[in-house]
Amino acid sequence: MNLFFLSLNLLRRDWRAGEWRVLLLALVLAVGSLSTVGLFADRVRQALQQQAQSLLGADLRIASSRPLPPAYRAAAKERGLQTTQSLNFLSMAQHGEQAVLSEIQAVESGYPLRGKIVISDGSEHAAQGSPRSGTVWVSGRMLRRLELSVGDEVGIGKQRFRVAAQIVRDLDHAVSFASFAPRVVMNADDLAATGLLQEGSRISYRLMVAGEAKQVEALREELKAKLSGNEKLEDVRDARPEIRTALERAEHFFGLAALTAAILAGVAMALAARRFVLRHLDTCAMLRCLGAQQDQVLRLFLYQFLLLGVVAALLGCALGYVTQAALVAFIESMRDAELPPPSVLPALKAAASGFALLLGFAFLPLLQLRSVPPLRVLRRELGAPQASTGAAYGAALLVLAGLFLWQAGSVNLGLAMLGGLLVGLLVFFGSAWLLLRSMERHAMRLSAHWRHAFANLARHGRANAMQIVALGLGGMALLLLTLVRADLLQSWQGKLPPDTPNRFVVNIQPDQRQPLLDFFARVSVPQPKLLPMVRGRLVAINARPVNGDSYAEPRTRELVEREFNLSYAEKMPEWNELLQGQWWPSASGREGFAQLSVEDGIATKLDIHLGDELTYNVGGTPFTARVTSLRKVQWDSMQVNFFVITTPELLNDSPVSYITSFYLPSEKIRAGDQLAREFPNLLLIDTGEMIAQVRGIIEQVSQTISIVFLFTLLSGIAVLYAAMLAAQDERVHEAAILRTLGADSAYLRSLHLSEFAVLGLLSGLLAAGGAVLLGWVLAHFVLEIPYRASLIIWPVGALGGMLLVMLAGWLGTRRLTVLPPLAILRE
Amino acid sequence: MAAIVQSIGLSKQVLSPSIDGKGQPLTILHEVSFTVDAGESLAILGASGSGKSTLLGLLAGLDVPSGGSVLLDSADLFALDEDGRARLRGKLAGFVFQSFQLLPSLNALENVMLPLELRGATDARERAAESLRQVGLSARAHHLPKHLSGGEQQRVALARAFVTRPKILFADEPTGNLDAATGAQVIELMLELNRAQGTTLILVTHDEVLAKQCGRQLRLEAGRVVS
Repeated sequence: MNLFFLSLNLLRRDWRAGEWRVLLLALVLAVGSLSTVGLFADRVRQALQQQAQSLLGADLRIASSRPLPPAYRAAAKERGLQTTQSLNFLSMAQHGEQAVLSEIQAVESGYPLRGKIVISDGSEHAAQGSPRSGTVWVSGRMLRRLELSVGDEVGIGKQRFRVAAQIVRDLDHAVSFASFAPRVVMNADDLAATGLLQEGSRISYRLMVAGEAKQVEALREELKAKLSGNEKLEDVRDARPEIRTALERAEHFFGLAALTAAILAGVAMALAARRFVLRHLDTCAMLRCLGAQQDQVLRLFLYQFLLLGVVAALLGCALGYVTQAALVAFIESMRDAELPPPSVLPALKAAASGFALLLGFAFLPLLQLRSVPPLRVLRRELGAPQASTGAAYGAALLVLAGLFLWQAGSVNLGLAMLGGLLVGLLVFFGSAWLLLRSMERHAMRLSAHWRHAFANLARHGRANAMQIVALGLGGMALLLLTLVRADLLQSWQGKLPPDTPNRFVVNIQPDQRQPLLDFFARVSVPQPKLLPMVRGRLVAINARPVNGDSYAEPRTRELVEREFNLSYAEKMPEWNELLQGQWWPSASGREGFAQLSVEDGIATKLDIHLGDELTYNVGGTPFTARVTSLRKVQWDSMQVNFFVITTPELLNDSPVSYITSFYLPSEKIRAGDQLAREFPNLLLIDTGEMIAQVRGIIEQVSQTISIVFLFTLLSGIAVLYAAMLAAQDERVHEAAILRTLGADSAYLRSLHLSEFAVLGLLSGLLAAGGAVLLGWVLAHFVLEIPYRASLIIWPVGALGGMLLVMLAGWLGTRRLTVLPPLAILRE
Repeated sequence: MAAIVQSIGLSKQVLSPSIDGKGQPLTILHEVSFTVDAGESLAILGASGSGKSTLLGLLAGLDVPSGGSVLLDSADLFALDEDGRARLRGKLAGFVFQSFQLLPSLNALENVMLPLELRGATDARERAAESLRQVGLSARAHHLPKHLSGGEQQRVALARAFVTRPKILFADEPTGNLDAATGAQVIELMLELNRAQGTTLILVTHDEVLAKQCGRQLRLEAGRVVS
């Protein structure tokens, strides 16, 4: 206990002398940036999740073609969850002479549980509750098709309803592709009066549930076992892959930003801790001389570190909380999003990560203090004890690996990042060291202070190379925040250009192809490419029969049990990417046998490999073909995509329909209605809403990631600062000696500036290299976009690094050239 | 009088660095034996590189010998482990160094308090203040070392060395960093405190005048005792 108080006393006195400031700063920044990123990303993630939930109108949805057992709803209520039910069916809606098939949804009050329907009844606003009895809300398409206005009456079944509002932004129909018909939302109480609810009507009954995530998940598990064949559970995970992919990318992006901040914070702490240790060697030797045992010395500092850790964790979490709240207030689109309050978990996680970093990066350098030889009081030249550096690096690595796996949430991503970091650091270090060496050799012809500067840099080659790595890391964060981020976001947004297809047309019959293309020409919309589609069931892989039971994963079972949409093509769709194998040569050069190209994701799920032979059953006729290529499909490209594409010969004679997608500009929206009228059998699907959703996610990520990266930047600056301090310490003593040997302040100034210029230049170049590499990793693996770094990054990195380090170095060593040398030597 | 420090056949060899990387054994101390009685004052004299600082480090248990042993107050120093030696130092010894070795972040008073605090003394502040008064530095108690002159810093070091009332005081060139006049004042103060507390003094110096002020002299040349 006594030692604890002594430790506190020493801490207080050391604090007064400024010894702890850098370390505390690094720690606060570490926890602060981690908790800001953690809390903020968590809230954004929750908000994005909510957005996806708003597509569903709930957290979980149970759908069935028969009335759902009341027990389901009771079970949800028992868990304290909110519920609401709706019935969806197709029926004609009439106005005057005109009638149109519409998708009618009868909702109870409380619908939707998640998200908002935006309606316009003169003014545009989020709808409160369901339509009043006797009124309906209808989509804009319905208004146009029936030439209706808000306030008119529309007939549904035996009943007439007043159109109370137009639906401006809808929710759940964007999730399922079923809503090709214009939509009507009515009050469930009016349903009986329409007389449409009859035996044999095709009705989809939906029970929607929302509430505490844990309870929702429990309910999901509970119901899973009870569901009968025609009942289906849907949650956000069943949302369209387009949105899911965008969400996952956003999450990974945030995760990586947090990781970058964590690494940088760790490096800053390692530098600060190393400096702390070097400056406390004498203290420890003296304490040992005065009779302190090794454990006492260790505990003395350990208590201080722990106390510092607690203080930094608290300050950091508070900082994180305040900043993320400020961020939310600052970002307009988030203000209205009704963000859930931040949970405590990310803060705890950040605090724990901070302690882990402290342990991994600062504790082992600290252990060295334990073994400072007391003889150092007599012989100053006994340097820092070289506590096994292997163990120190090992511990830091272990902590980093743990953090990576924890934060990345995926073992592969975590390991890939860690491996990349290690290789990157080694390359950084190696090239810095080599450059320093070779520069020294070539410096012979330069003026005296340059020769001296290069000799100095090369003499402490290892330490300077380390410093270049640290400065390079800090610079990398800067470049990443500025140049790379802008490039990345621009490319990502470019993935959904303004003419991204927003309409899908399904069920085009072979004889409708020409008339359809003629129609496009007539309405002056660019003619889209019509892609053949054949329905077939996978029955065998390598002659081994497969069915749902062959797979354990429920989703995979479902996949195998239903029919696939197969297509055939001469050329690979240009928005696909070949991963393995070869696309088939043109018809003339093609060998006789049948070939398949399979989407990579489904191949993994179904355990299909290149060279496998798959057997499909198409309308009773089986065919077998070999997998000769695996493709990657950009699901969020909004193009028509197929899991399996075959050589044209294979499916030429099968019953085929065609599918296409095209961009319908908003000023030509009536052409869509015209299309539906002229080709009544076609399914016209509006994906505009979905594109808006994906664009919204990208937009929000773009806005917020810059702010999240700001904390990465702060950590980068902490690294720069700590590295500069370390550089300064090394130069102080030497400068004093040079002064006593007659070097004037002009010489010292140019010597230091030359050294800093070289350090800055090299670290700037490495920073640019690192930023380009990390940008490529982000582009290639996370956002899956092509990335070409602008060349400007190299001169900006090199010159910027040079100027920044020279400026910081000059500020740090300025007083050395004006103070009398004895004052410095005495310190 | 009972012996408080006994050096028995004390030797120290180190490997000197050489160009081919294989170190040559270099003998710094060669079987040094002597005894110091309680209350005695001994000056260890010799030129630079004669091994006198190495001898002091070994006597205080700051370093380990290649051969021989040291008995401090009848305890075999090198039969103890590193921590055991530290405990023994804490109990018996005080130190004064050429380079003062004050902790730069602590003020004069706090520096003097430190050894007491390490022992868990509850009245550290009062005793440290008294010790500072004895060396005439009460007025400078709250100054940091860098704001004190060399002589003042060494007086703080003396106050720190004597505050625990050690049985043995080890002093390594205590005047090496001071001018002659200040050095003489510090020595006078040290010997005075030594006499007042009945401390045994072991002093390393190359200053003949200073050595003569001690009761006995031990002269080293190339690691051997010559007189």
